Amino acid sequence: MLVLELDFHGVVQFYIIRKMDLKEFIKKVEVEFEELEKGILTAETNFREIDEWSSMHALIIIALMDVEYGVTVGGEDLSKMQTVQDLFDFAKKNQD
Amino acid sequence: MASFTINNVKVSGIAAAVPKKSISNWDYDLLTESEKKLLIKTTGVEKRRVVEEGVTTSDLCYQSAEKIIAELAWEKEEIQVIIFLSQSRDYYLPATSIILQDRLGLSKSCMAFDIGLGCSGFVYGLSVISSIMSASGLKKGLLMVGDISSLTCSKEDKSTYPLFGDAGTATALEFSLNNSMSFSLNSDGAGFETIMIPAGGVRNVVNKNSFEVKEVEKGIKRNDLNLALNGLDVFSFSVKEVPKSILSFFETFSVSENQFDYFLMHQANKLMNETIRKKVKIEANKTPYSLKEYGNTSSASIPLTIVTELQSQVKSKSLNLLLTGFGVGLSWGVSSLPLANIACPDLIEV
Repeated sequence: MLVLELDFHGVVQFYIIRKMDLKEFIKKVEVEFEELEKGILTAETNFREIDEWSSMHALIIIALMDVEYGVTVGGEDLSKMQTVQDLFDFAKKNQD
Repeated sequence: MASFTINNVKVSGIAAAVPKKSISNWDYDLLTESEKKLLIKTTGVEKRRVVEEGVTTSDLCYQSAEKIIAELAWEKEEIQVIIFLSQSRDYYLPATSIILQDRLGLSKSCMAFDIGLGCSGFVYGLSVISSIMSASGLKKGLLMVGDISSLTCSKEDKSTYPLFGDAGTATALEFSLNNSMSFSLNSDGAGFETIMIPAGGVRNVVNKNSFEVKEVEKGIKRNDLNLALNGLDVFSFSVKEVPKSILSFFETFSVSENQFDYFLMHQANKLMNETIRKKVKIEANKTPYSLKEYGNTSSASIPLTIVTELQSQVKSKSLNLLLTGFGVGLSWGVSSLPLANIACPDLIEV
């Protein structure tokens, strides 16, 4: 999606909000799990069952969704999600 | 919208005090080594200062106040207004500021009162004391801000205990023509349960059940007199509302981020603060942190960061600072703060 916006000086700024791509999304989530062997995370993976999953990862996921995709995830929203696909669907739905 | 500019008041000095005792999160036995590593990396908190038994927030603020008064060579009877802003008061009543009036040897004609705010407190406190001084023409005032959170966090609560540090500060203000600071202040009481100590007030009066330790989830054991923090909700609130308010502050006062030398954020959590910083597109080298050494020091975090990270600069030149405090309440605010060659003594260790 291409966004046009006036910045503080009245100059038109162009930027592209990343189009959601599941493969890329999985990669971004995977990077946040340092101890996880690369390539084994899939859309169906229940992220809560990853050995190193902790409350810190919940914060990391919220930050990732916000900075990369401009989507705010509340604590309650996150508690309803289990799989990487759930995260992806939430981001996609709330980005459009 | 509570956005306004206060004229004719300037900050002349800032002093901060922390306890000598330092605790490292590497020694926090409730977590495994890899959990410690991730906690420190994510929150940015490696060490914290915590008080010895019996030391209060007002003790730390008292030390800071004495130091800044001496540094500025103020006559004590010139101080006409003092505010103590904290969520860790000495007593249920009376207000701690009044005790400080006497302890500091200030005049009986000095007005004194407390404000009960936390993470947003420095910004709020500045707005209140500067408004009073600007409207009244009172010449000199002291804003004492800080908290002792180590007493209220349960040691067996990994969601609070490793985050908070203790600190008390004093900011000296003077009536002075041609100075101004702007504020934008917000509140959302719908989130009052996000960060709270549930018992001990009059809604939930202390009784024997208040001391009952409950296991809320794995790694979180606390009673109703301990601080409870819903980390995910605080995180979502902060990364959503704070950038929005900063951008609206820029618009309201027709300023932009390049007019500020430094961006001083409440020291909450590294990942959260960095998310906010990136969203408002402020450079990393303009955003100092004291979080690593001192943790989240509640309302003291902004003045403490000025003392520990910008001391030589605020003493020797003019800086225009952008401040933001956010958290418990929920309450948050943004302000501009010009500082020109202020008094800023070395960090006091008590």
